Amino acid sequence: MTQLEELVRQAEVKPAVAAAPPVTPDDDDDIPLYAPRRKIYPQRVQGTFRRIKWAVLFVTLGIYYLLPFVRWDRGPNAPGQAVLVDFPNRRFYFFFIELWPQEVYYLTGLLILAAITLFLMNAVAGRVWCGYLCPQTVWTDLFFAIERFFEGDRREHMKSDAQKWTVSKAAYKAAKHFTWLMVAWWTGGAWVLYFSDAPTLVKDLATGNAPFVAYAWIGILTFTTYALAGHMREQVCLYMCPWPRIQAALTDEYALNVTYRYDRGEPRCSVKKAEQLRAQGAPAGDCVDCLQCVHVCPTGVDIRDGANLGCIQCGLCIDACDAVMSKLGRPTRLIAYDTDINIKQRLEGKAPFVRIVRLRTLLYAGIIAVVGGIMLYALATRDSEGINVIHDRNPMFVRMSDGALRNNYTIRIVNKRLKSRDFIIAVEGLPTTLVDFIGVSPRPDGRLLVNVGPDRTREVRVAVTDYGATPPAASTTILFRLIDIDTGEVAETRDHFFGP
Amino acid sequence: MADEHRDIDAVTGTATTGHDWDGIRELNTPLPRWWLWLFYATIVWAVGYWIVYPAWPLLTSHTPGVTGWASRTAVVEDLQGLKAQRGSMLDKLTSSTEAEIAGNPQLLDFARAQGRVAFADNCAPCHGAGGGGTKGYPNLNDDDWLWGGKMADISLILRHGVRSGDDKGRQGNMPPFGGRDAILKPNEISAVADFTRSLSGLAPDQGADLAFGKKLFADNCAACHGDAGRGNRELGAPNLTDKIWLYGSDKATIVQGIQQGRGGVMPAWQGRLSEPILKALTVYVHTFGGGEKE
Repeated sequence: MTQLEELVRQAEVKPAVAAAPPVTPDDDDDIPLYAPRRKIYPQRVQGTFRRIKWAVLFVTLGIYYLLPFVRWDRGPNAPGQAVLVDFPNRRFYFFFIELWPQEVYYLTGLLILAAITLFLMNAVAGRVWCGYLCPQTVWTDLFFAIERFFEGDRREHMKSDAQKWTVSKAAYKAAKHFTWLMVAWWTGGAWVLYFSDAPTLVKDLATGNAPFVAYAWIGILTFTTYALAGHMREQVCLYMCPWPRIQAALTDEYALNVTYRYDRGEPRCSVKKAEQLRAQGAPAGDCVDCLQCVHVCPTGVDIRDGANLGCIQCGLCIDACDAVMSKLGRPTRLIAYDTDINIKQRLEGKAPFVRIVRLRTLLYAGIIAVVGGIMLYALATRDSEGINVIHDRNPMFVRMSDGALRNNYTIRIVNKRLKSRDFIIAVEGLPTTLVDFIGVSPRPDGRLLVNVGPDRTREVRVAVTDYGATPPAASTTILFRLIDIDTGEVAETRDHFFGP
Repeated sequence: MADEHRDIDAVTGTATTGHDWDGIRELNTPLPRWWLWLFYATIVWAVGYWIVYPAWPLLTSHTPGVTGWASRTAVVEDLQGLKAQRGSMLDKLTSSTEAEIAGNPQLLDFARAQGRVAFADNCAPCHGAGGGGTKGYPNLNDDDWLWGGKMADISLILRHGVRSGDDKGRQGNMPPFGGRDAILKPNEISAVADFTRSLSGLAPDQGADLAFGKKLFADNCAACHGDAGRGNRELGAPNLTDKIWLYGSDKATIVQGIQQGRGGVMPAWQGRLSEPILKALTVYVHTFGGGEKE
């Protein structure tokens, strides 16, 4: 056991920050303040996690590129695009949901849900977001694939980069950058389609009739995609992204992380030496130091150094190691989703365990359920009409020639339906009142109805005159009731009637 | 010393800077080199900024920048853009009658928005921010109009004023009955005031001679205010039987009015405000709540 403990100690004091290259001072008195970039050539790999990553890539990018073209029939008074951010008309359409600017609190709810879901993913299995779902990861993955297609796999690419420039090398590089730019351009192109009718905008873009802002955004996103996915790559995760720092503070010892099982892997030795050691009955690790896990890593870290900032936990090293272990006839999952607790459990001869249901995950799941529930409830029960009332500030009240008191209000009626509606406004709270709509003429049948167009608001001035025998108090609470005369739907709001 | 710089911290495996404070050593975690290049890029950007935009102060002026951009001209351009944007709506106001504007919800909204601003700039000092009026300056929200409350009446006063010196404006005033010429003696003025108050149901002073006052009223006041005191809009003579008093309903104020006369001035705005704004203001005032139907 002391021998194992010694191994554990050795494993634990390995350098934790693999991203920082070894420091080599220029001279004795000068220490380097800036780290040079170390180019990473991730090797092609096959396996379970690679397949998951491909699937996630196809699904997420498929949604991103194609969603603007999905149609959704809303009738003649609204656009027929399933997902549309309509800035000129200040509307957001998402399939059967239409949101107005004042309902932007749904966005707050979505952001809360997104944050807590991120925390929950982190509590269950570490950097799932970073490894599989983050746009930076997905696009970088796609750009790596393009790079390998043109410049070959790790070894070939490294060799070519080390050699002198030739026409074919230049051609391959040019083809790579051109393809990258095409993907980046289409990424920016898809982005602007969410803000306008997609088929029309595509036609306008092709014929040069699209607004300048569309071309500008395509240009900006082409540049950012090309720069971030093609060139910045792991630097974004290492130096620019705040999530690794937050994630490290949020995680706990039970979260499953991509882990090198040093209880099984150490001491590292060659295949031949391991066989000899095993024959002698001495402990021999399964890790043969083939560096496959390092070569496939998109951020260039060595997972055997333990959890560290540079590791986005994409699981590709698991696939690489599994392939080697299978070839050697050893059990797979020398690198696996696991915890340090389990390593120590195994070292102590105890059974490993996975604890997904714990206070932290329950709390996160609870918050998600509550916030999601509130949002669904609010969405399901939200009114399709609304009334806002502003009392005139000056004068607070008007004395009429017959001595009656009048208060004036500016009322805004909201009609969220996609058809024109007729409303009646009733005022309650004063015994004898006359309600007059300024600028609204009575219908032929004598009724005073306010018509509000489809998906619109309308402002109406309303004069409320009190003819009560006794003068009203200095302030009386009154109720404005908006009634749809066809459906009977009601919206209410309270305000005040002021007197001397 | 040299070896100290290459010192590797045992716990983190990171090189130290060699700085040592009571055994606490500073780790060297270098920034990426491209970060430094970004810093240089911002400096280059700043130099470009000097060239493109106005930047360096000179003795009497400043470097103009190659684009000739200036915040002052930018504001002028913005305002021109705004005018162009509003142009079509303002043209519609010009070409429509006030009644047409009031009947079109879109035009009405625009006219009220324009009217609100123009009213606050030009009318609010006397009539109050919401047209609530004050002593001597009519409340524009109520249903009592000295010269009439239809669109055309409001428009005429707005354009040509009252006793403003504009020939097309409203004339006529309340003459002084007391003072040097002394049409009425003080006791007669008091009697007329008592009678006037009684017209709208206000209690007269104790021992007031209402019959005397009524006779004096018929002789002196009815010509303008009417036999029953209901006023005459052609002359701007207020209705004395309602509950609204421009200067106040207490006897002293009424006595003062009879004695010294009244003649507030509303200036003429034609020529000072543009045509669409005059129309917008007319509609705005009409929709305060007291506007009379055509």
